[in-house]
Amino acid sequence: MKRMVVIAVAAVFAMVLGGAMLDLPLGAIDLRIPVAANLGESGVSHPVTAVLLNYRGYDTLLEIAVLLLALLAILAVLGETRAATPRAAHPVLQTLVRLATPLMIVVAVYLLWAGAFRPGGAFQAGAVLAAAAVLLHLVGLSPGWNTPRLKLRMGLAAGFAVFLAVAAALLPQGALLRYPPEAAGALILLIESALTLSLALILAGLFLLLSRDEEAP
Amino acid sequence: MTFAFDLLLAVALLWSGWRTLTTPRLDRAIVLFIAFGLLMALAWARLSAPDIGLAEAAIGAGLTGALLLDAYGVLQRRRARP
Repeated sequence: MKRMVVIAVAAVFAMVLGGAMLDLPLGAIDLRIPVAANLGESGVSHPVTAVLLNYRGYDTLLEIAVLLLALLAILAVLGETRAATPRAAHPVLQTLVRLATPLMIVVAVYLLWAGAFRPGGAFQAGAVLAAAAVLLHLVGLSPGWNTPRLKLRMGLAAGFAVFLAVAAALLPQGALLRYPPEAAGALILLIESALTLSLALILAGLFLLLSRDEEAP
Repeated sequence: MTFAFDLLLAVALLWSGWRTLTTPRLDRAIVLFIAFGLLMALAWARLSAPDIGLAEAAIGAGLTGALLLDAYGVLQRRRARP
């Protein structure tokens, strides 16, 4: 009986959702034309990066703030603890990761650089770097992280701090994050580099800070 | 040919999503979730949104998958040690 009710409600919801989709006027807000028209002033030639870092830079600023906040919450819950000692994995796995890590770093730098003119960007680059760090930990080549000291804290906050500093420096222009067209490319690259570093550390931190000895309190 | 591929992709997505939710074994569900993420990345690429595809593959399938597997490992060890 209960299952039938759930199925019925889900079916009705799906139908309403489908109806709402069909009701949407086609291309009511077509932003492709203004995006393409202003691409020259955005400092990058890839529309997605232009939207993320220039037209809607505010959203990206808040995104990195949310990620940083998530990591701070984890740190607050963990308290002062010691990281687990890693167990060495099979030598073949270790060799594979040793070979893959430099490649992953190159791929991350490429993704960061390519973001200006083709698919790529800070988030993808940061995720690849973080994956390399997680792999190194999983095969026992690098230990988990203790409670972060000053250097790591600075790295974690760098992306948000640089983004905020740029936003504050541009405030006298009258709007938040309105880059002057001639400096836009350099500013975006600066912000993206800092974002990549911080994102890599934050995403890796989600994994490595939580890696603890089971016996530890 | 491309239509056949898209159809196959859509069916595989739905099937892996359904199996992820319904399989009784946790480890199998996690592996299926990672497979689902990779298929989703392919689907984004087919929808000519390679940016989202890259992010989905790296964060959705890669890091989330690793985190889930880690959580599963912790759960198993807790269960083994009463």
